[in-house]
Amino acid sequence: MAETASTTALLDLRGVRKTFRTPDRHERTVLEGVDFKLEEGEIVALLGKSGSGKSTLLRIMAGLIKSNGGEVKYRGNTMTGPARGISMVFQSFALFPWLTVQENVELGLEAAGIGRDEREERASQAIELIGLGGYESAYPKELSGGMRQRVGFARALVMRPDVLLLDEPFSALDVLTSETLREDLLELWDERKIPTKGILLVSHNIEEAVSMADRVLVFSSDPGRVRAEIRVGLPRPRDTESAAFRQIVDEVYTLMTAHVRGGGIGAAEQLTLGYRLPDTTPGKMAGLLESIAEAPFNGRADLPQLAEETELEDDQLFHLFEGLRVLGLARIAAGDIFLTPAGQAFVEADDAVRKDLFAESLVKNIPLAAHVRRVLDERKDHRAPEDRFLQELQDYLTDDEAERVLETVITWGRYAEIFDYDYNAGVLMLPEEVVEEMEAEEEAREAKESGE
Amino acid sequence: MRWSLPTVAVAPELKPNFWDLAIIPVIFALLALLAYGGAQMTTPYDVGEKLALSLDPTNLPYYLLRSALRMAAALLASLVFTLTYATLAAKVPALEKVLIPILDILQSIPILGFLSITVTGFIALFPGNLLGVECAAIFAIFTSQAWNMAFSLYSSLKTVPNDLIEASEMFHLSPWQRFWRLELPWGMPSLVWNMMMSVSGGWFFVVASEAISVSGQNISLPGVGSYIALAIAEENLGAIGWAILAVLGGIIAYDQLIFRPLVAWTDKFKVDSLPGEQIPESWLLTLMQRGRLFRYLARLPAALWDRFTGLLRQKDEATLFHRAPGPVITLPAWAARAWDAVLMAAALAALVQVALFIHAEVSFAEIGQVFLYGLATTLRVVVLITLASLVWVPVGVWIGQRPLVAQNVQWIAQFLAAFPANLMFPVAVVLIVRFDLNVDVWTSPLMILGTQWYILFNVIAGASAIPQDMKDAAGNLGLTGWMRWKRFIGPAIFPSYVTGAVTASGGSWNASIVSELVSWGDTKLEAVGLGSYIARATSDGDFPRIALGIAVMCLFVMAFNRFLWRRLYMLAADRLRLD
Repeated sequence: MAETASTTALLDLRGVRKTFRTPDRHERTVLEGVDFKLEEGEIVALLGKSGSGKSTLLRIMAGLIKSNGGEVKYRGNTMTGPARGISMVFQSFALFPWLTVQENVELGLEAAGIGRDEREERASQAIELIGLGGYESAYPKELSGGMRQRVGFARALVMRPDVLLLDEPFSALDVLTSETLREDLLELWDERKIPTKGILLVSHNIEEAVSMADRVLVFSSDPGRVRAEIRVGLPRPRDTESAAFRQIVDEVYTLMTAHVRGGGIGAAEQLTLGYRLPDTTPGKMAGLLESIAEAPFNGRADLPQLAEETELEDDQLFHLFEGLRVLGLARIAAGDIFLTPAGQAFVEADDAVRKDLFAESLVKNIPLAAHVRRVLDERKDHRAPEDRFLQELQDYLTDDEAERVLETVITWGRYAEIFDYDYNAGVLMLPEEVVEEMEAEEEAREAKESGE
Repeated sequence: MRWSLPTVAVAPELKPNFWDLAIIPVIFALLALLAYGGAQMTTPYDVGEKLALSLDPTNLPYYLLRSALRMAAALLASLVFTLTYATLAAKVPALEKVLIPILDILQSIPILGFLSITVTGFIALFPGNLLGVECAAIFAIFTSQAWNMAFSLYSSLKTVPNDLIEASEMFHLSPWQRFWRLELPWGMPSLVWNMMMSVSGGWFFVVASEAISVSGQNISLPGVGSYIALAIAEENLGAIGWAILAVLGGIIAYDQLIFRPLVAWTDKFKVDSLPGEQIPESWLLTLMQRGRLFRYLARLPAALWDRFTGLLRQKDEATLFHRAPGPVITLPAWAARAWDAVLMAAALAALVQVALFIHAEVSFAEIGQVFLYGLATTLRVVVLITLASLVWVPVGVWIGQRPLVAQNVQWIAQFLAAFPANLMFPVAVVLIVRFDLNVDVWTSPLMILGTQWYILFNVIAGASAIPQDMKDAAGNLGLTGWMRWKRFIGPAIFPSYVTGAVTASGGSWNASIVSELVSWGDTKLEAVGLGSYIARATSDGDFPRIALGIAVMCLFVMAFNRFLWRRLYMLAADRLRLD
């Protein structure tokens, strides 16, 4: 009996592919060749940087969006839409603000055509189970974030789901609240108080993933696919301070930061114009470089330790690492980050020199920055509308992402003083000092020529 | 209580659109068809005899009731229209392409122009029955209410948060359930606000639409509007006073019995109330929610409502998966292209038809003349909005910064905006004649009499929403005088000012039809302008000229909106938001 049940996985994905079409009818591949299985009785965590496509994958499993290729099966049946038996908890809670807690929890039952009495009964049970008893008549806006997400869980659990999909459900909550909620959920799961057979958690918090999951899958981006898998054999509840736990966390950090193509070797790989600049700022990067340079790290830092020291979220940290890496200011190897000679020079320099060093590294390593600067240099008035660059980026990226990348390169370029931006006009231009300098040079040259 | 800022009834995402141009002729063709039909059906209207009207104030409550019922019927019709029209436009892109430009144009058409064109048709629809005239009046009020409501729901439907859509899909809500459980509730606060604005503007048209004179016939429906018309004809100033009281009573009744409870109720549909924002209250709603009897009575509708929203649920218990149709229904590519071609052809045909209809009667020289009239009216609107702004912006800012004053004054300003200014016209006529003033200049203020209050109460709302820390910072930096206005107050209130000015200018165009041609007894004053041109054509029953006048005014209003207001609005929305 048990064997027949275990032969079909709850969720079974083979070679899943998802592309989005950019406005210029270019295709951007978000997911490529994703294989994934969720077996009965396990919690699987999907870890990845923001924008790596893990949320897209979750939505494919939820039946909310269709894949462009490959197979998606739920209990052996090909999925064509949201399946009864799969429930989802949202990062933003996605509660209906005009419905009370009770009504929110009842909504799915109502849609399923379940009678009023049974609905009320089941909803009350779910609300009680998740620890919200007494708040049945409250509206979501009366509740704190943690309690709102409890409603989110109650709403999903009341459907008695086979599979529970969690889309970063704790990331909008503060540390303490999310820990409590996590523990409560694990207790329900471990004590079999809910009929759910499998849980999939999407997260960008490494410790959260390791503390909850039986398996952690590391997701890589561009295009997104499963890069590595780590089994967490520790019994729950897990002691996050234990050596075994820390070791797994360390291992995941290493996997998350290991660069696929370069493998952590200093030589910068060739980036394209459409390279998705990490979502971070020069100020933060400078701050992190300083932290690494100072005691206790003195130039080389263990990643989980650095995360603890700087109190930054994993996701922010990965963007920072990525930024420093592509700029050639830091390198990552074997779960450690250390300064390159360029990074060391940056830390030791004063503000003005830092800007120069940053500018140099930016133009050398980031094709988009170099491209913008070249266009502005060549134009007679040294100005160019942002739309021009936006359109170029849209060949590679979705609209939103193109905008974000352009915004990022503007922030970086402004810090480096290699170009400036007029928000009201939406125009990129060379900084005034640069233009004046160029004009002075021009005049000098002309004066020289006429003198000859 | 403090009102939240209204949502403007223009869809900001609407860019000047090719289809706008193509659709204009279609609308005019339809109007011309109606007009042509009307001209064909000029069988003498016969309600037996003239409807008895009396200036005895004891009749006023009855008249008020009749007027208020007309308003309610129009509001109901607007609601039905909004639910279907806006939903279709938001869900079917192929229809959206047509419906939204149509709405945009309908919004710019002077409402009083509708009346003259439609009344003959309605009368013919119910021969020998008062219902025809009633319908015409209700239709006129409807046209003053429906468009901004439809726009508001449409933009709400387009902005339903994606996570809520996903949640409703995960929980297998059918499209029908999704509409009642998600989409409509989401749009509710802005819809109710727009309904309130609509009724506020509607009183003006109640007064204007009950006493209709078409093709030399005078038809007076029992109501406050007819009472006023009779008072004007008989030069009875006392009766006007009574009528003003009656209308005030009507406005208060609508506010207290319908909108206050509605606004308080819709507060729960808001996703998040801002800290410090006062929660709207209504004694009636409180009464209904707290009273045991009401709660008991409410159970029956609640059960019915459950049945209603559950009507079309997904019946797929047997099948494991089911994909409900998405929130948007698209056509295949070839069909979309064919549809575009059909629209183009219709637009061209309509353009030719309109040109023929108007030109058969009106010479090119006169068309040019009408455009000049349009410029005269434009001048009036621009000058008056400027003057009103110069007066009311400083006053509004002064009031807005004093919360205690603001609470009371804003309430009064909203009443003044709802108050039909056409009641005051007779006074102006008397004054102009007494002091022998220039008619072209001194009738002009009438068109802004009722609409200036929109500027005032929006500025008050904007000024009272300025965060305290910004005020403190401005004081701390020593910003005073002109500098304070230029760098701080001006930008801070700009978005709400634009909202008020858009409404005021739209209302003024409409008001020009009644304010450029005013009378008191036998005295008739006529100012040169597009409004008086339309008014005269209307009383003569001259359909080609009515169509021409309306078309020209529509063009002016649309140009105004496109080139001025929408740009300012975008600027405000994009650059000067306080959040």
